[in-house]
Amino acid sequence: MKVNRTLIMGLGLVGFTLVLAILSFVWTPYDPLAMDTELSLSKPSAEHLLGTDVFGRDVLSNIIVGARSTLTVAFFAVLISMTLGILVGVGTAVAPKWAQTPAVFGIDIVLALPSVLFAIVLAAVYGPSTMTATIAIGVALSAAVGQVTRRETNAVLQADYVMAATSSGAGKGRIVRRHVLPNIRASLFVQASGAIAVAILAESTLSYLGLGTLPPTPSWGRMLAESQQYLIVDPILALWPGLVIVIAVLGFNLTGDGLREALDPTLRRSDS
Amino acid sequence: MSTLWYVVRRIAILAGSLVVSSILVFLLLRLLPGDIAQAKLGIDGSPEAVDALREQYGLNRPLVVQYLDWLGGALRGDLGTSFISEVSVTDELQRKATVTLPLIAASATLAVLFAIPLGMLAALRFRKWDGIALSATSQLGIAVPAFWVGVILITIFAIQLGVLPAGGFPDTGWADTQEAVRSLILPATTLALAQGAMLMRFARSATIDVLQQDYFRTARATGLTRAQALRVHGVRNALIPVVSVLGMQISTLIVGAIIVESVFALPGIGQMLLQDVAIRDYTKVMGTVLATTALVFTVSFLIDVVLGWLNPKARQRS
Repeated sequence: MKVNRTLIMGLGLVGFTLVLAILSFVWTPYDPLAMDTELSLSKPSAEHLLGTDVFGRDVLSNIIVGARSTLTVAFFAVLISMTLGILVGVGTAVAPKWAQTPAVFGIDIVLALPSVLFAIVLAAVYGPSTMTATIAIGVALSAAVGQVTRRETNAVLQADYVMAATSSGAGKGRIVRRHVLPNIRASLFVQASGAIAVAILAESTLSYLGLGTLPPTPSWGRMLAESQQYLIVDPILALWPGLVIVIAVLGFNLTGDGLREALDPTLRRSDS
Repeated sequence: MSTLWYVVRRIAILAGSLVVSSILVFLLLRLLPGDIAQAKLGIDGSPEAVDALREQYGLNRPLVVQYLDWLGGALRGDLGTSFISEVSVTDELQRKATVTLPLIAASATLAVLFAIPLGMLAALRFRKWDGIALSATSQLGIAVPAFWVGVILITIFAIQLGVLPAGGFPDTGWADTQEAVRSLILPATTLALAQGAMLMRFARSATIDVLQQDYFRTARATGLTRAQALRVHGVRNALIPVVSVLGMQISTLIVGAIIVESVFALPGIGQMLLQDVAIRDYTKVMGTVLATTALVFTVSFLIDVVLGWLNPKARQRS
């Protein structure tokens, strides 16, 4: 059997990010919020492996706790997007013909609306918060999930075995439960993996812009925004949060690609 | 489907999308908890003053009338007046667009110029070390947040080398053309790199598709090299999905501009929007979001029309 290197590499990077997030519940080198102005902007050392920020807070501890904040938002956003997307995608595919056109039209509109813009509008209304960011990212991503799910569902509905089930009297609910969902499960996993990557990027972006996770809760995006003010004296400070964002996003993207490759035999030959 | 019918259909979809999104934006921002007039006057505002302000801005009218009035104004190019600074939203947008639109245009051009040739090269060198390296670079590029790219470029070119400004835009605007262009080099490069990575991946996979087509094999059988066959028969075919992706990327490009303006402190539409959100200037937020959404839909519409004209299959699918 050919080794799926993309999947292995992806799972390795995802594993690293998950370990950071889980570790944050049980251990961090220092209290991530403990300030010590005497240690302000310390270079990496044996005591502080990644140095300290302007308030003397340990960067590594903040990176570890930041993983939890970012992954929590990404996880719940993807939960929202998958739930909405599957409901809309499967629902519009099995709906009567007259209801399909307006539903597809709705999906197209949400697809064209930029998620960050949507989050900005929500932040304007309800004030920036983790909850606002999660909902905005979740709703914005649901359109893409809905579109792919609808396409996959339509393909299953046209299969001979579904025609046979219909002619033997199976109702729409039963067909969705017994035939559609089990058959599109693999595609849903691939989509969820890709969606988590997009959600991590979106959460970091919103936090960078001050519209996501609020202080004092550590978040990678805000760490980067704060470090930008001290680029002249300590450029290395901006390196760490950026690097972990890349690791997390790349990990989930590669996992999605690897899963797609593993689940779709036609891709194994044509693409690397 | 004839081209005319296709265009008419697309115009109907564009109009429908604009109406639906305008209703969404209006409702989201108008059905706010609290009263806008009270918020403007603060807790010291007497009930009479609040009522007078509500009357002045027409906030006492039914919601439907307010929406139609706002939409009618928007269609005439009048997006209302800011509740806070009392400036015309349209005038402000036009002023800020002199920074944002050149930024978007420059980065889209840059992204297309480097991403499409490199994506095609990655496809031609498929399974060779340089092709794999290019492909890995684009995969990495997709994972890198635009604001981090910006910070890295500032560190290298503004702080270490000191050859370009770290941010800002000349107060005199485009009157000082040289300085204005210099101010946009790093932001446009940041946005182009972020957008280009995705475009490069699509160009690569579209080209790989072309390389596996029968007509391409036939062209090769006539004695053309892979590069020649691609140039003669493949480029146009590979470009169709790439142009369609470019259309879909317009919304991410505009969001990218908001982020990049924030990184480089550029006084454009994105920076204005974030400031308006912070001070809760709802009329300006509504106007800016509507104008931005309209821009996204209109550009997507134009790209769809071009695609439909280029590719009869796209007309059939629609």
